[in-house]
Order: sequence, then structure tokens, then C-alpha cells
Amino acid sequence: MIEGGAWRRWVYFRIPLALFLIFLLFPFYWMIITTFRPDNELYIAWQRPTYKPFWTWSPTLDHIKFLFRETAFTTWLWNTMFIALCSTLISLFCGVLAGYALSRLNFPFAGGLGTAIFITYLVPQTLLFIPLSEIIRNYKLGDTPWALILTYPTFLIPFCTWLMMGYFKAIPKELEECARIDGASRWKAMMYIIIPVAIPGILSAGIFAFTLSWNEFIYALVFLSSPQQKTVPVGVVSELIRGDVFFWGALMAGALLGSIPVAIAYSFFVEHYVSGLTGSVKG
Amino acid sequence: MANVSIRDVHKRYDDFHAVKGVSLEIKDHEFLVLVGPSGCGKTTTLRMVAGLESITEGQILIGETVVNDLPPMDRDIAMVFQNYALYPHMSVFDNMAFGLKMRKFAKDEIAKRVKEAADILGIQDHLHRKPRQLSGGQRQRVALGRAIVRNPQVFLFDEPLSNLDAKLRVQMRVEIKKLHQRLSTTSIYVTHDQVEAMTLGDRVVVMKDGLIQQVGEPLELYNNPANKYVAGFIGSPAMNFANVTIREKDGVLAAENEVMHIAVPDALKARLAPYNGKPATLGIRPEDLHMAGDADPAGLTFEAVVEVAEQLGSEVILDLAVGADSMVASVEPTVRVKSQQKVRLGLNAKGLRFFDAATEKAI
Repeated sequence: MIEGGAWRRWVYFRIPLALFLIFLLFPFYWMIITTFRPDNELYIAWQRPTYKPFWTWSPTLDHIKFLFRETAFTTWLWNTMFIALCSTLISLFCGVLAGYALSRLNFPFAGGLGTAIFITYLVPQTLLFIPLSEIIRNYKLGDTPWALILTYPTFLIPFCTWLMMGYFKAIPKELEECARIDGASRWKAMMYIIIPVAIPGILSAGIFAFTLSWNEFIYALVFLSSPQQKTVPVGVVSELIRGDVFFWGALMAGALLGSIPVAIAYSFFVEHYVSGLTGSVKG
Repeated sequence: MANVSIRDVHKRYDDFHAVKGVSLEIKDHEFLVLVGPSGCGKTTTLRMVAGLESITEGQILIGETVVNDLPPMDRDIAMVFQNYALYPHMSVFDNMAFGLKMRKFAKDEIAKRVKEAADILGIQDHLHRKPRQLSGGQRQRVALGRAIVRNPQVFLFDEPLSNLDAKLRVQMRVEIKKLHQRLSTTSIYVTHDQVEAMTLGDRVVVMKDGLIQQVGEPLELYNNPANKYVAGFIGSPAMNFANVTIREKDGVLAAENEVMHIAVPDALKARLAPYNGKPATLGIRPEDLHMAGDADPAGLTFEAVVEVAEQLGSEVILDLAVGADSMVASVEPTVRVKSQQKVRLGLNAKGLRFFDAATEKAI
């Protein structure tokens, strides 16, 4: 806590915090206001005296109606949800097992393998999509959800593995040793003791992976082409920007509705998530 | 219940020889304590018995079975860890029941055994709590309970009291002793605390640098230490040492240095005679020193300067400068001395020990 007079708390704590919050939340505010602003307010010159950028007195649901009636937004939402869930589950499964193995089983080259997995995470997606698109085409997966479900783990598995490795290392190894003396095999000790203790870490890895695949853009843009198959980020951008015409209201409505599921996921698990990131295991 | 045989066991890590040929016979019902400084190989030895470390060389037998290649679960042992290693997501009951569930005991048998153990340890009111809701002492009791419900052949303790505060440690020490008297399960107990070793062990093993220094009953180690290391390790405050030279003058054998001139007691003469003219280390415990009076023969006294006097009520601990050496004496509580005061100390002839200057073995 900041000591001293009240002015100190304002200068060093409250005002900087307020500025920081405004900076962070303004884009969301802008998204909301644009979503509900009627077209005749959106497309006027900013010099006009009637121009009020930060508020509207005649909110409308037209843009949201347009989004649902004129575009395949519900399909995009469903696609994104399905793809994000599947790829997260695959990546969590592999990441938890790999993280456990790399942090607990002393096999030769475990350290080198861990580093190698991390390096694959560093390969930028903007390069990786070129060879991947070749593979997708060879397996005839183009324009199906599987193109993304199977390629997202290329960056999600290394990510989950590293997060879980760190988390497993923070769990005292005596827990597992004690379980093995108590009569559990290595597998049972992992299932009954280590994994339940690691739930906060698994949850935060899952939320992160879910968010990454929910927001992913470049693979979705490259591997999917028909409007019925698209995900929210790609669908909104490709269907609501036609040449140089921007459907600002619908664009912002799509962005707003697209970010709600992620926000819900975060707020729901926020406590587990924080303890997962700080790696605290209470005895 | 079973005896445990450790036969010339070695443990090598890549470039570190942690345990260098340890052999021990732990009898049925015995409570054996391994004690030594950190890195002496005591915990590694215990973990090899538990099956948590592989055995590089040698054999370990529990009962009549060679367990070298048995996984921990098949050795019928229970272990109590320093950090308790309680399963944080399970209640106290489930923690204690886990081993029985893994071994597929019937539900009512599990409940009966857990209840019995909880009654013995006085934790019957906490069975539905989570470990994080318990105090340090209660957690340690749960860890003990988890070990005793299985009724294993051998208990292994790895510094179980090190995480407790001093008062609780003394209390739990007594409880472990009582528990052993009640169950008399063969136990191996690792600690770095010589007081725990002395109070708990039927026999104590002092280890250093991967080697056993001495095995014996607590008083045997205290009275007849095999070498200078054991002499200095067992006992608190630690034994005083002074470098002396053994000389025979006019038919009297004496241990001398710049400030001391100690006549060798008759009982030690025969053993010290070959050292005539050679260096040796003299050892004397603080409790074998006292303020010299008229009754003390001149050959068993020496001069010292008091540096600090610590009043403990039951005794006074004097930190002394004896020439270039420092010594500690534990004297009667009635003694009143000031810092920098010159005093004359007498030593108890029976308390004198001599060690070879080169090998450090007891003479």
C-alpha cells in the first residue's frame, strides 16, 4: 500500500490506474458505441457541429440484425467454437502428457527435447502456413474445420507443454513419491495425485489455448474459403469489408459478439487462472 | 514386521559418489536413526531402501527378499517426508485412505483402520478437513497416520520434524517414540539433529561423506566415540578439541601445548605410550569441565580467559579462550564470572579422550 498523504495515493496510484484503464478499455467502448450507432451518425464528416463521437442519443439494433440476417454470423460462431474447443482439447491432452514426461521422467535428452519443442513455438505462423497449406491440400482437408483443428496444435501443443512443464515442476516430487510408496503405479500417481493438483495450471493452459485458437486469423484465412466454413475473425473481416466499403456498424457488432465468449471464459476461471500463472501449489 | 539388511550399498550419480559402501543390519522392531550433516548420504540411503533411488551396487533386503529391483509399491514400506507430502486436494480421511484404496481394501476395513489411526494420533476431529486447513503439527500427524494405517513392514522417516518449530518438534519427537513403543514396527529415521538421534534411536548410525563413521547405541556413541568426527557431532554443546603433543618426562606421560599440561590418566597410559613425542588431539566435553578448586590435582587443570558467560538457569555456558584455541565449558549455575576474567578450569579425568592427529581415530 502507498503510505503518506491522500494526494500521494491519488498521484501515484489512482490517477495512473485510471489512465491505464481508460487506455485499455477505450477500444471496447468504441466497439460498443459503434455497434449501436445508427448509420446516419456513423457516416458524417467530423467537422459537422452535430458530430458527437463518444455518445449517441438514438441507439439502434440494426447492425446486429444485419449481422445475423444478412451474414452467416451464427455459423461462424459455431465454427469458431467447435474448432477452438477441439484444438484446445487435443493440445491440452498432448501438452499435459508431454509436460509431465519432460518435467518428471528422467529420460535421455529430456532437456534438449524440451528446448526443441519450445523452438518450434518460435517459428512464426506467417512462415509455417506455407508448408502447412501444401500438407492440407495433399490430405484434401482444405475448406473443412479439420484443416484448422489439426494445424492449430502446431503452436498450441508447444505452448501447453511449456506451461504445464513449469507447473509440474512446481509440484513437490514427494507427493508423487509418496503415492508410489502408497501403492500407486506411475500412471495412477499421475492420474490421482499430480493431475488433480495441477488443475489450475491445466485450466489456464486451456483458456490460453482456447483464446489463441478463437482469435487465430492467418491459418483460418488461408485454409478456409467458402463463407459457410469461416471463423468469426475471418468471416467478419472478409464478408463485411467489400472493396473499400466498410460496414462499420456490423463489423463492430461482430467483433463485440465474437469477444464475449472469451470474456466469459476468462471471468469464469479467473481465480484458477491467476493461481495457475503464478504457479502456486498450496500444501 | 521384518528386518532390513543393507549390504555394501553404493550410489553413484554421474560424477558424484554419494554412498560409498554402506552395510547395516536393522533388526526386527528396531528403531535405527541415520544422522549426519547434509550431503552425507543418509537420505540417499533411505531413498534406496524406499525404492525411490536405484541402487548402483550392493543389495538391500527387506525380510528375506532382495528388493533392489522392486518398485516402491511392492516393498511394503511407508515413508514420512519432511514436507509432509500430503495430497492437497484430498481430505485428511482420503489422504490416509489412499494407500488402502490403491491396495483395494474393502470400504469398511478402510474406515475402521483410518479411524483407529486417527484415534491414536488425536486427529479424529479433522478427518474431513483439507491439509491446508491444518497446522504444521496436525499435518505431520496426518502424514504419520497415512503411514500407520497400512501396517507396513518398515517405516521410513526422512527428517519428519525439520519443518516444525522447536517446541512442537520436541512434542512430536515424544509422540513418534510413543508410537514406536506401541506398534514396534521396524523403523529407519533420517535426521541431521543429533538430539533427535540420541532420544529416538535404539541404535544410531553417524554418517559423513557417504561412509558410516560409527554404529551404536546412543550412550555408546556419546561415551566411546570411534573418531573425532563422531565425538564432535554427538553431544551439545559439542566436544572441545585441542592439539597437543604427548611427552614422557620423569616417568609421567603428559599431553602438552602452550597453555595446557595435562597428566594422562592411568587408564589411558598404555594406549597413549606409543604416541610419546608425537602429536595427538585431546577431546573433552563441556560437561566434563568445571571451575577448579583446591581438590583438583595440578595435572588436570588449565588456565583460560572467559570471553562470554551465558546464564541458562540450570547451568552456565562459558566460552573460553585457551591459548589460541577456544573451548566451551558447562559449569554450575552458581558460578559468577565476568568477561575477560582469568579462570582456572579442572577437567574430569574420565572424560578425557585422545584422537590420532592424522587418522582422527580414537586412541
